[in-house]
Amino acid sequence: MPRYFTLEHEWIDVDGNVGRVGITDYAQGQLGDITYVDVPALGAVLARGDSAAVVDSVKAASDIYAPVGGTVTAVNAALADAPDLVNSSAETDGWLWTMELSDPSQLGGLMDAAAYAKLLADQ
Amino acid sequence: MSNTDNIILVLSEDLQRLPLDSWHRARNARMVPFAGHLMPVQYEGIIAEHLWTRQNAGLFDVSHMGQLLIATPGADQGPAERTLEALLPIDLATLDLGGQRYSLLLNDQGGILDDLMVTRWPGGFFVVVNGATKTADIAHIAARLPGDVTLTERSDHGLLALQGPRAAEALASLGVEPAASGIVPACDLWFMQAGPYRWNGADLHISRSGYSGEDGFEISVPIDAIAAFADALAAHPAVRPVGLGARDSLRLEAGLPLYGHDLTPQIDPIEVGLGFAIARRRRASGGYPGHARIVAALTAGPARRRVGLSVTGRMAAREGAVVMAGETPIGLVTSGGFAPSVDQPVAMALIDAAHAVTGTELTIDVRGRAIGARVVPLPFVPHRYHRKGIA
Repeated sequence: MPRYFTLEHEWIDVDGNVGRVGITDYAQGQLGDITYVDVPALGAVLARGDSAAVVDSVKAASDIYAPVGGTVTAVNAALADAPDLVNSSAETDGWLWTMELSDPSQLGGLMDAAAYAKLLADQ
Repeated sequence: MSNTDNIILVLSEDLQRLPLDSWHRARNARMVPFAGHLMPVQYEGIIAEHLWTRQNAGLFDVSHMGQLLIATPGADQGPAERTLEALLPIDLATLDLGGQRYSLLLNDQGGILDDLMVTRWPGGFFVVVNGATKTADIAHIAARLPGDVTLTERSDHGLLALQGPRAAEALASLGVEPAASGIVPACDLWFMQAGPYRWNGADLHISRSGYSGEDGFEISVPIDAIAAFADALAAHPAVRPVGLGARDSLRLEAGLPLYGHDLTPQIDPIEVGLGFAIARRRRASGGYPGHARIVAALTAGPARRRVGLSVTGRMAAREGAVVMAGETPIGLVTSGGFAPSVDQPVAMALIDAAHAVTGTELTIDVRGRAIGARVVPLPFVPHRYHRKGIA
């Protein structure tokens, strides 16, 4: 299952026409202790780049953007009681939402793992 | 992901490094620009550091703050005393040697230019001001000094805060000794008392005070001794370094206002609940900036009040969020965030006095959503100062 990355440190795993979205381990490290995650509504229609979720840390609230356009099909219910899953497992159990992609060709504008690793190395 | 805190600012030449800069980096601190300095915002994590301070002892580097000595040459500090009383609504006649007091630098309209601590020394007054306002404070004070009063910035000293229920135990382990006769051991100081001490040949000034709501000390240390002193404290098992992030969440829970956020030149002391800083004698005699407005606010009662808000749910309400009574905006959040020891978000807000009664149910507009908030007494977490007369 291919994983793509954004410049804003979101990841999306794509399986057929469905994507699962989260923030990267680097991103959670920058945010620090996460205390609340405001996930999108089921059925919400997102355009690429829309603010889709908010991750609240002790320091600040951060917008999380839709890496591509689509419709929200599931949200991670575990985050309601355990928002710190995003700290401990940002790229696995700490996922935020899944979405049905409206235009899979938008994935072409994202980075692969090697390109994202280079982005981090250059920071 | 985006947020304003994480913007990496271009490091200008003006950004100062703390004397303990490499000490912090060696302990994995994340350094951020704050008040013209690169400051440690966190080490292991804000929540862990916050909770550690409430249970043990946190070591904070607050060397960005301004340490000033305002003095008259010679033994008689009368001119320095009169100069400070012309600037601050303080009663120095009731401040004994070694006594420390919270006060406010006011403008002519009674607005707050800074909050600060004043301690009476044998040879003058030691004044600690906020880092972000230090330069402006010095200019403000210097412009109002008579010829027989001097203002010296003690820039050859750093300032450390050791805060928490095990702070006294940790400080006692260092072998700090009184530096003059009649000075009690540092751990026998009461809250808001201070004195001169010596440690390994270095002259320290120690006060029993801080801004976490916990017992603790603030220690002025010569820069050439500060790394060794910090090492000695951090070697105690109760002590861990704690960054600015937890300093902010600790003081928020303690209901302590932060300059530039809860206190500004547009806010007077009465509405923000700092009436205790207007000394009784000065309420009658005046002679400090803004006396007329402050008397009016004391007489009529303030139109706005600073309140504590208990926030419903888990989403934090932050500075600038609008507080609503029904459909009517009644004020703004001035400080807010997740409170680790309360385990929920809390906020302080400046709101119309009519809605400031404890128990009033309000809402806060957080990103377009109405979040429930109830007016509660401050502090959110009880103070545990080492007060004289309290066992």
